[in-house]
Amino acid sequence: MTNRSILATASLAVAALSIASLMIGAGDLSPVSLATGGLTAEDLRLLFVSRFPRTFATLLAGAGLAVAGLIMQMLSSNRFVEPSTIGVSESAALGMLTVTLLAPGLPIFAKMLVAALFGLAGAALFMAIIHRLRLRSGLLVPLIGLILSGIIGAFVNFLAYRFDLMQSLGSWLTGDFSMVLAGRYELLWLALGLTALAILAADRFTLAGLGRDVAVGLGVPYGVTVAIGLVIVSLVSAVTIVSVGVIPFVGLVVPNIVSMLAGDNGRQTIPYVLLGGAALVLACDILGRVIRMPYEIPVGTTMGVLGAVVFLTLLFRRRPAHG
Amino acid sequence: MIETNALSKRYGDTVVVDGVTLSLPAAEVTAIIGPNGAGKSTFLSMIARLLSIDTGTAHVCGMDVAKAPSDALALKLAVLRQDNQIVARLTVRDLVGFGRFPHSRGRLTGEDRAMVEEAIGFLGLQDFAERYLDELSGGQRQRAFVAMVLAQDTQTILLDEPLNNLDIRHAVAMMRLVRRAADELGKTIVVVLHDINFAAAYADRIVAMKNGRVAVEGRVEDVVTETIIGEIFGIEASIRQVDDQIVCLFRR
Repeated sequence: MTNRSILATASLAVAALSIASLMIGAGDLSPVSLATGGLTAEDLRLLFVSRFPRTFATLLAGAGLAVAGLIMQMLSSNRFVEPSTIGVSESAALGMLTVTLLAPGLPIFAKMLVAALFGLAGAALFMAIIHRLRLRSGLLVPLIGLILSGIIGAFVNFLAYRFDLMQSLGSWLTGDFSMVLAGRYELLWLALGLTALAILAADRFTLAGLGRDVAVGLGVPYGVTVAIGLVIVSLVSAVTIVSVGVIPFVGLVVPNIVSMLAGDNGRQTIPYVLLGGAALVLACDILGRVIRMPYEIPVGTTMGVLGAVVFLTLLFRRRPAHG
Repeated sequence: MIETNALSKRYGDTVVVDGVTLSLPAAEVTAIIGPNGAGKSTFLSMIARLLSIDTGTAHVCGMDVAKAPSDALALKLAVLRQDNQIVARLTVRDLVGFGRFPHSRGRLTGEDRAMVEEAIGFLGLQDFAERYLDELSGGQRQRAFVAMVLAQDTQTILLDEPLNNLDIRHAVAMMRLVRRAADELGKTIVVVLHDINFAAAYADRIVAMKNGRVAVEGRVEDVVTETIIGEIFGIEASIRQVDDQIVCLFRR
């Protein structure tokens, strides 16, 4: 398939899923009335207050998280990391917890920025550890990420327990779109700008992924590139945590599938990763809505199950490198 | 033209490169030889601004590598390090295309594409151009990286053990290519080599390093002698002239 036809197919899939997402839910909304324009005032309210926001939120979170995962993989030259497995999500949750305790009156945007700063610190810590240990490949890098996220996560849990904020913590750490309403998700639009920025810097991220020496040899400022990448990753993590909560595996599964199909040249593949992430999260959210209608299963759970299965399959099917 | 003045690097108490002052003329092939741990790669990395310089200075084409902007330097100097453990799935053509990054900032022009194809052809990689790096043999991958360095089209090229992973046919082809790049294109090439005979056969000038210092430096016939090779590597070697080439034999 050519680039153009892959992009067209993926866009169509995302569009179809989006339409399905607009239809499905506890309130009835028939496709016929949507198509013919025979919508009641009640229908319109449902669409604009709940369905559109929810669908946008899902698309934005999915695209943003998948791209964040890809960037993290490029920067660490390792396929098996993503923000939620290296402590960035936990750090951002720690940030939210801290700001909730110390300055509960701050506007949500400021809280998100604090969460992003904490996430950035967590990401920088992870990068510093793997550079220090000179682990550039293999399974040790993701393991160190898991250990780091475990430690930070334990600390966050302890704090939340002591200050009676376990419920808030739960809402940050478990992705769920059911609470998304107009006025409650708009921060996620930031993810769109961040993915656009990632596309602009795609070549530099790809070169950073080839290693510091190659990047520097070609005149790419390695430190600046890594810093920009980490800022994107932590901001995306923070806005998703604040608005919908952690959605695991998207950042891991989507870039890995795209890499197998289309390689790792970021400029070509970031659009695929973006569309793939949006499609996957949307599909998981729809699944969570229909499995036990009219009740919902949070997307964090459906994605956790589906993502784990897909990821294991990928691991087993990965061709060993020749050499 | 590469000039270093009292270039030094230390890690803790260990001095890895110890006050190296050298002047390597343009359009020549210089081979750096020496035992493991002599500081060859560290020296090369400092000239290529991949490692910071502790004391001393290094100039490439008149630019101070510690002070010149990295992107400006990338137009004058290309470098290939020895360990390229790449996990990225890039095609050979994409990788070589990245060699044009200092010129095109990622937007390849027709001229860039022509340079890329030329470099791919130089290394005999036409048949692999659309293959992913992780589908190549070690030698093919090594050649792809050298093609990327060539595509960068710089006056100065630094190669750290480019013969790694290459069989004898490709090793000879690689050194011939290095020779041609100096003779026909006027490139200044510094290459770290382990094999004394490759250095003797293809280099104009040899720098022999030991314990972080330059032990001997000069034309091939001045450096590849029984006493010097014996002292530097701590082995017994016989040096012979075969046809017009100097060869080094290692005694049993």
